[in-house]
Amino acid sequence: MSALRFEDVTIRLGGRDILSAASFVVEDGEFIGVLGANGSGKTTLMRAALGLTPIASGAISVLDQPVTRGNSSIGYMPQNRGLATGARLTGYDIVASAAIGARFGFARLDKAKRREIDWALDHVDARALARRSIGELSGGERQRLLLSQALLGRPRLLLLDEPLISLDPAYQKSVVDIARRLRDELRIAILFSAHELNPLVNAIDRVLYLGAGAAVIGPVDEVVTGPVLSRLYGAEIEVVRVKGRVFVMAGDVEVERDAHRHEGHDRGDVQSHDHGAAHV
Amino acid sequence: MFEYDFMRTAFAASGVAAILAGIVGFFLVLRGQTFAGHALSHVGFTGATGAALFGLSPFVGLVGFTVVTGIGMGLFGEKLAERDVAIGMMLSLALGLGLLFLHFYTSAATQATALLFGNVLGVDDSALLNLVVLALASLAALAVIVRPLIFASLQAELAEARGVPLRFVSAAFLAIVGVAVAECAQIVGVLLVFTLMVGPAAAAQNFSRRLPAGVALAAGLALLEAWGGLTLAFYSDWPTSFWITALSGLVYFASLAARRLTG
Repeated sequence: MSALRFEDVTIRLGGRDILSAASFVVEDGEFIGVLGANGSGKTTLMRAALGLTPIASGAISVLDQPVTRGNSSIGYMPQNRGLATGARLTGYDIVASAAIGARFGFARLDKAKRREIDWALDHVDARALARRSIGELSGGERQRLLLSQALLGRPRLLLLDEPLISLDPAYQKSVVDIARRLRDELRIAILFSAHELNPLVNAIDRVLYLGAGAAVIGPVDEVVTGPVLSRLYGAEIEVVRVKGRVFVMAGDVEVERDAHRHEGHDRGDVQSHDHGAAHV
Repeated sequence: MFEYDFMRTAFAASGVAAILAGIVGFFLVLRGQTFAGHALSHVGFTGATGAALFGLSPFVGLVGFTVVTGIGMGLFGEKLAERDVAIGMMLSLALGLGLLFLHFYTSAATQATALLFGNVLGVDDSALLNLVVLALASLAALAVIVRPLIFASLQAELAEARGVPLRFVSAAFLAIVGVAVAECAQIVGVLLVFTLMVGPAAAAQNFSRRLPAGVALAAGLALLEAWGGLTLAFYSDWPTSFWITALSGLVYFASLAARRLTG
């Protein structure tokens, strides 16, 4: 069984083809790093798998089923995480609101739900964190707590959109370690998007690289090469490997670092809930 | 003071409105839509004066206008509900229209004051029955949407991915806010709706970090402030609405201080 399958998928947003006839398959239990320049479609790809962004043509299947809205076999961690308003609430109440918030009717937080929440918190070592106010947590602690929400309902596929953004290197490592552990313990497929390959390079099974409307999936050594990336970026790209680390260079500029810096500048604007154009 | 019929009715009416306002207001504050709630009350003024002009019950006009406008704001989505300028313009436009209706409706001076600043002592038994029925219906509706509402308020994108219809939830909630605004307007008037809808709810969120406790606290504070205001007004002969705003302000600023101290 495949976890996620894109067949000749074209997605058009605001008159621009984000993906054009892109195809790839993610197998069950695979940890995939999703990379590509800003606007190459990392978020769009995840939203399309969730049924939130319509596709112009092609077919997407999730766990061999067609895409549906509110698919409980997908766990999702969006990039624009909101939470500005509820900053005083405890982490537990935030996670609980997600656990019982998908259905209408006055659902009680019963024993089974509480066990489910504890199970999800335990898997990311966040049980103690959940007692604290979300506004008091550090970036890395907050990320772990939010990650636990993606596990609610025991999904078979996790879509994690930029979980490393604005985290210190030490926290980045801990988030990547948790994702790898989730794959090992739960046998769950993970798509993990990032701006930089290096924090992920030793943890992921394969890499999915997006650019110029295309998607290329494969082992890091086969995909992250000068010829493949030159095609995806539409520019001359050189890949330099130093002591197991990978640097993607366009001329004198390190491409991924540069993209990351831009994102840092843009973050103030990205807070709006305007989907689509703001973060694709 | 309970030997007077009008005082008993006033306590019942302000109690019902305060509990509804406290609970609904909690979610209004959680969603950061307090200004939208404020604007709804001004639209209610237009509805009430317009209804009076056409010989209808002002309360029907009030409720009708706030609920319909609430649904409209919800359907426009966050694009409208979060735009301060658009809401502010709508708010002044609504008040202006209300003024025009008053201009044509000649016997309106006392009516206008009652609408703007409330007249809880003027609530009669049939009006009280209306308040109770509408409050119960609103709370029942809120119970049905409250889980997705909280989820969507805290994490809209994740809620959407999990299948929560954001626009419907937003419209349904603002319709409920419309009813709560109309009820509060009966007690403290359209200009002071903030004092019962937002004051106790914001204070509760400063005092409590837990959701269920916060909702209960908001309702309790609103009830205390309304009844406290009524009692103080009875003994001082100053306006009830003044006392309610004074208590609401006092509790809110105390909650700010408490939050500072506890961190």
